[in-house]
Amino acid sequence: MSELFYDAAPNATRVAPERETDRHYPDKPEAVTLFGTCVVDLFFPEAGLDAIRLLEREGIRVNFPQAQSCCGQPAWTSGYRNEARAVARAQLEVLDRPGLPVVVPSGSCAGMFRHHYRALFADEPDTLKRVEALAERTFELTEFLLKVCRVQLSDQGEPSQIALHTSCSARREMNTHLHARELLGQLDKVERVDHDHESECCGFGGTFSVRMPEVSGAMVNDKTRSLIDSGAVEMVTADGGCLMNINGSLEKQREAFRGRHLASFLWERINGSAAGEVA
Amino acid sequence: MSARANILGKLRRSLEGTMPRPDEFNERLVTEPWWYAPEDRIARLRSLMEAVHTEVHPCSSGNWPALVADLLARRNLTNLLCAPGTDHGRELHQHVGATEQRVNLLAYDQPVEAWKEELFWNVDASLTGTLGAIAATGSLVLWPDRQEPRLMSLVPPVHIALLNASEIHDNLYDMMVAQNWAAGLPTNVLLVSGPSKTADIEQVLAYGAHGPRELIVLVLEDA
Amino acid sequence: MSQRIPATELSANFRGRAGEALADGQLSSNFRTAMDSLMQKRANAFPDADEREGLRELGNRIKARSLSKLPDLLEQLEQKLTENGVKVHWAETVEEANTLVHNIIEARKGRQVVKGKSMVSEEMEMNDYLAERGIECLESDMGEYIVQLDGEKPSHIIMPAIHKNARQVSKLFHDKLGEPETEDVNQLIQVGRRTLRQKFMEADVGVSGVNFAIAETGTLLLVENEGNGRMSTTVPPVHIAVTGIEKVVANLRDVVPLVSLLTRSALGQPITTYVNLISGPRQPDELDGPEEVHLVLLDNGRSGAFADAQMRQTLNCIRCGACMNHCPVYTRVGGHTYGEVYPGPIGKIITPHMAGLHNVPDHPSASSLCGACGDVCPVKIPIPELLQRLRQENVKNPEEPQLVKGGGAKFSRKERWIWRSWQMLNTRPGLYRLFLWAATRMRALAPSNVGPWTENHSAPVPARRSLHDLAAAHLDSSGETSS
Repeated sequence: MSELFYDAAPNATRVAPERETDRHYPDKPEAVTLFGTCVVDLFFPEAGLDAIRLLEREGIRVNFPQAQSCCGQPAWTSGYRNEARAVARAQLEVLDRPGLPVVVPSGSCAGMFRHHYRALFADEPDTLKRVEALAERTFELTEFLLKVCRVQLSDQGEPSQIALHTSCSARREMNTHLHARELLGQLDKVERVDHDHESECCGFGGTFSVRMPEVSGAMVNDKTRSLIDSGAVEMVTADGGCLMNINGSLEKQREAFRGRHLASFLWERINGSAAGEVA
Repeated sequence: MSARANILGKLRRSLEGTMPRPDEFNERLVTEPWWYAPEDRIARLRSLMEAVHTEVHPCSSGNWPALVADLLARRNLTNLLCAPGTDHGRELHQHVGATEQRVNLLAYDQPVEAWKEELFWNVDASLTGTLGAIAATGSLVLWPDRQEPRLMSLVPPVHIALLNASEIHDNLYDMMVAQNWAAGLPTNVLLVSGPSKTADIEQVLAYGAHGPRELIVLVLEDA
Repeated sequence: MSQRIPATELSANFRGRAGEALADGQLSSNFRTAMDSLMQKRANAFPDADEREGLRELGNRIKARSLSKLPDLLEQLEQKLTENGVKVHWAETVEEANTLVHNIIEARKGRQVVKGKSMVSEEMEMNDYLAERGIECLESDMGEYIVQLDGEKPSHIIMPAIHKNARQVSKLFHDKLGEPETEDVNQLIQVGRRTLRQKFMEADVGVSGVNFAIAETGTLLLVENEGNGRMSTTVPPVHIAVTGIEKVVANLRDVVPLVSLLTRSALGQPITTYVNLISGPRQPDELDGPEEVHLVLLDNGRSGAFADAQMRQTLNCIRCGACMNHCPVYTRVGGHTYGEVYPGPIGKIITPHMAGLHNVPDHPSASSLCGACGDVCPVKIPIPELLQRLRQENVKNPEEPQLVKGGGAKFSRKERWIWRSWQMLNTRPGLYRLFLWAATRMRALAPSNVGPWTENHSAPVPARRSLHDLAAAHLDSSGETSS
């Protein structure tokens, strides 16, 4: 019945969008663009490089456009729509290469391309077409490795226990928890241990962590406590923001426990050492 | 301008140029997951009601009055509110008279204002009929009337409800449709799914918050 | 460690109150335990994810349909209720609603009122309004009774006293009612039962809220577990129901999925103990029920939210509380921190329309946008999207026309300048690369104190080389061009 109903009036009463059906994945492409994300760029560049290595290992040529910067999420979630839109438009130009998938080693930034750019350009029909096309060819790294590359990982490391943290928006918008779990499941000497309130937010939330430091701090304290208590030797995550939040808190608490980016973890496991170490 | 005109005016202005959304009700979603084989309905109802501290007793149209007398005796309850003008009321009166039970049958035959004190503090238990029940949620359906007014199933600490097994419906939607509720409802319709309860302190469940502490359902399997 | 946080003694702003709540170990532990249990109950009540999602979609469509013809439905509801003998009143503001209620009570020379749980009556602060006019208005829901006795406000829309444990309730009953101390919850509940039974009997007027108002049949539907709602709407000679204008639905059958969504989302129950459908006052041949039934339809900012199609979705809310049960912020700071009638995620999106954004300027920011609320909302209100929208309204220039009452409350030229600079940095690739170069080369100079961030974290130190740098070097060496 809803197909017959179409009310284009901007003030028409809205319904929730249809549930997303399972994403259709293309065949493995010859080349991709890597969108590094600003947090990885400045604080975890080795993770970005490991992502490139993982993709190259699959026989994929990786482009890294030097004109890329930030997806625009910080301004968008802070309510600065125009500023977010200007930055988003710049990325749209950089990434506007039809047929070239965009791989992002951070779930929430991938989610920004896939879900929130639509809202930013809702009133620009022509741009919206390019936005839709970008959304269609954007993949979070673990998703791309698993679903498009169909990687087979052979574990060369020592037996280890790790905890997995997935960013909330990425989990809800991109299903990253399922993809990361499945990838980790291919590593036969790695045991993924659950931690208490695993699906709860780590408290980052971009500018939330500086606007509400009391609440955000309580959240990251609980998150780090449950990670340490899980019995894991380290935490892995595919989201730069959460990683910065959790590691920064652990360091402040003088805890030895650390998290690291899933790309670096995977690259190390399949090579038997920290081959991605940067001088 | 009245508040009414202002509110409606604002709402209408906000909808200018739009159409009402279509009716997309999907009855499958509220019926199919809640269909049961006829022989499973009582079991479903019973398990749900027992899970919330309701006593469910299968019985028959012949033996239920004796069971009521027994349930009251076991609890040392001496009076029961019961409508003498209903079929089940007459049956119970006959049984009590014939067997010289010690239970005192009371009637709700005057406006509540005339006997509030007594109703609130001196009635031990009540017995009412039901319009039927809903297997999906473990609910009794009551349409209070002059014979069995609204408070009869609420104020006495023990409420005994008679239910004909043939009147157990699968789910609320099917029951509403079968009885065409949308065509008109009485002043009060009640779904009752257990004794009164609360979890307002530390989420600890406590029964007998404001209404009955005990709900006892007699399922007449032959009715 | 304070054991009691009466609303009147709290800090003036969200962050201050949050800090106080976080420092109260008892409070935090009461909330964490309760919210964990409520989340588990909801999960158990929806064992089949497809069934749950189908029902949520239906709930969303039913509410959207109702809102898409809200004025017509309100008129139909009024007409049907009037035919049924119910008197319908309209109020734009809480002042008007209180006056209406007061006049009805005065017409009957009423002095005692018992009230079933009603969030709209909390919006009206009806208890205080009537008390100032010599009318006792007593809460009869156990949780509401407890918070009223302690001079507090509810901290949760379904579980008003969830911030208290049994020991605290025991002490309260001992201090205020002279009851012997006990931590046995059953005994505590029996204290409430005894006290309130007398009040139900004596009351001149009963007040209640409404969960769903059905236009088709002219019916008010109320759900509850305790029986206090039935008492309040049945025993006193007058029943006044107060409700928001968004509670109306078109058809009787609409309440089947909505009640199921409500009770399962709120408490994990397949249904509440009582579902009470009221379609009129006592008829001449009936022996109980109120002689008069009134319905007060309250706007209080709802038509403001209604005016914007995106914000209108706020009015889908059926007040189940699942969003707060699943909110990592609410779980830690509790309901009183929000300082308004509706706490948690729903409070953050509905309060601005009632109180104005300028009165709750921190509300939209008090979220990590984790999305847990939107995931569990039974009527699919896109709460994170609406929070994001309210952040936009919050930082608008106050000189521009405002879509939300009190918009522009967080406007700051300094912050706007910061974001403009951020925009410049991220739209000029040369500048951005220069920034990367400087930040990585001068990492030793990174400040050790970067404002609020360093309250919870060590100061972030940039890597030695940026990914831009590393990727260019790597791709050059492997023979690839980096365009």
